[in-house]
Amino acid sequence: MDYSQFLGMREELSLLAVILLTFLIDLFVSSEKKAENCGNECSLEGRPCARMMWLTRVPIVLMLVHTVFNLLPCGAANEATWTSLFGGMYLHTEMMTLIKSVLNVGALIVMVMATPYLMRKENHIKAGEFHSLLLFTLLGMYFMISAGHFLMFFIGLELASIPMAALISFNKGCQKSGEAGAKFILLALFSSGLMLYGISLLYGACGTLYFGQMAAALSAPNLISILGLVLVISGLGFKISMVPFHLWTADTYEGAPTPVTAFLSVLSKGAAAFTLMVILTKVFSVGPFVEYWDTALQLLIVLSITVANLFAIRQNNLKRFMAFSAISQAGYLVLGILGGTAEGMEALVFYLAVYTFANLGAFAIIHEVEHHSGKVGISDYNGLYTTNPYMAFCMTICLFSLAGIPPFAGFFSKFFIFMAAFKAGFEVTVFIALVNTVISLYYYLLIVKAMYINKNEQPIARFNANISSTVAIVLCVILTMFFGVFSAPFNFLSYFGFGI
Amino acid sequence: MIHIEYILIISAVMMFAGIYGFLTRRSTLAILLSIELMLNSADINFAVFNRMLFPEGHEGYLFSLFTIAIAAAESAVAIAIMINLYRMFTSIGVEKLKNMKW
Repeated sequence: MDYSQFLGMREELSLLAVILLTFLIDLFVSSEKKAENCGNECSLEGRPCARMMWLTRVPIVLMLVHTVFNLLPCGAANEATWTSLFGGMYLHTEMMTLIKSVLNVGALIVMVMATPYLMRKENHIKAGEFHSLLLFTLLGMYFMISAGHFLMFFIGLELASIPMAALISFNKGCQKSGEAGAKFILLALFSSGLMLYGISLLYGACGTLYFGQMAAALSAPNLISILGLVLVISGLGFKISMVPFHLWTADTYEGAPTPVTAFLSVLSKGAAAFTLMVILTKVFSVGPFVEYWDTALQLLIVLSITVANLFAIRQNNLKRFMAFSAISQAGYLVLGILGGTAEGMEALVFYLAVYTFANLGAFAIIHEVEHHSGKVGISDYNGLYTTNPYMAFCMTICLFSLAGIPPFAGFFSKFFIFMAAFKAGFEVTVFIALVNTVISLYYYLLIVKAMYINKNEQPIARFNANISSTVAIVLCVILTMFFGVFSAPFNFLSYFGFGI
Repeated sequence: MIHIEYILIISAVMMFAGIYGFLTRRSTLAILLSIELMLNSADINFAVFNRMLFPEGHEGYLFSLFTIAIAAAESAVAIAIMINLYRMFTSIGVEKLKNMKW
């Protein structure tokens, strides 16, 4: 065996180096030192001591280096530069570099905005664990995206969901966090059990599990392969949290620590949606199968967008509200998969990038407000404008982008994804999605109304935002504006075309 | 001669027993056991397809080996979460997990 093949996995190796360094640094700074030196200094209000700052910032700097190093694809957009390693187990293309960069930037923003959370007295001993678990989840997503074989895909999926359960129940003594973790891991296990059964049926139908060879073996649909297709879609539908596989979402989002919720709502969704597209277009690329999964996805999309919108209206907890908003956004994301066209792929990656910045920005603000006041109710946000005008303004931009109001990026990402689905010939689904955009505008504006118009006797007191949260929020807002005003990112993206 | 159908029926029965257990059990530990049943039924499928239909390769066997390892990792994390729950609620029944609804 040629071991130099490992060097072809550039991004994975670089991320693995970041993880190992983070892990080792955490290991060799003894726990007494973490506890002693900080003692009373690291209280919730007071400034944390220099050592703690150093400990939480090093992984962020490492991750920043990794992100910049792997930001753009180095090759041209043609098939000659694609790398296929280990006999087709691992496939790497330029499009995958782009989507991994989006995930990198998202993970970086989550790490930055988690800093105040990790500075808390009960958490600073666990800061290293938080970073390593988060990065391992990211590594799992990398493998899932680059998979060329169902084994690789399954291992990636599990690597992306097992550490996630640990992160969700990260607040050890908190009942809600534990409950959220239990709900997540039991349902994640259930869905991966179903999907595994589907994969075994596909193996029975094809005799191989390499994506490339399976397409040839699946020429005529039979009962076993259709059941396999359905179970694989439902397993990934769980990760993307589409209706009717969404029942864990709201509870898990509410109970998990806010930075983890942000991570869950953007990154695992995006990686799973991209992988679903890869699997559907590569494995089930023969005529009748395309019709089957197009029908199935149309049903899932219409259900996700509509049901989630209706449930979002009646929420009063902002994190639960964002959970339902995320379910409906997932519906739009999957709209790009329909038809399996090159336009759909570009629109999906662009939508994911825009959604990442807008959603993470909103979560960074929710986290900052929760960190200072402990409030997450929508009615608690009444009159936020009078006390914290900048926060209210940034939140408004993020929500407008999520709702799809021009000139913010969300409008264009929605436009591209509708265009792609429309060109592929799914007019009815696009129409239903358009109607739902209007409904979603209503509930996003409810929060804006609460912040600007609703009167409140005791609004959330004025606070000075933590420096790292400010960085995260400003970055998200600037990127949201940039992607909306300039067309360069999308042109660059469409240069790579289908690319898988 | 054992036909392939016999073993497939066994694995399908295991699968549905697992799903039934997942939906009806009241203890999270019993739910975890039901899930293990589902994962093992898929493993049986892989092994039997490999042995009887495609005996020239080892893809199915290898897949079930990896699955067993992953299932062990999953159970470890799930049990850790349950121990945490037990410390808070002094019970691991699902009826305690009702702080968050709708």
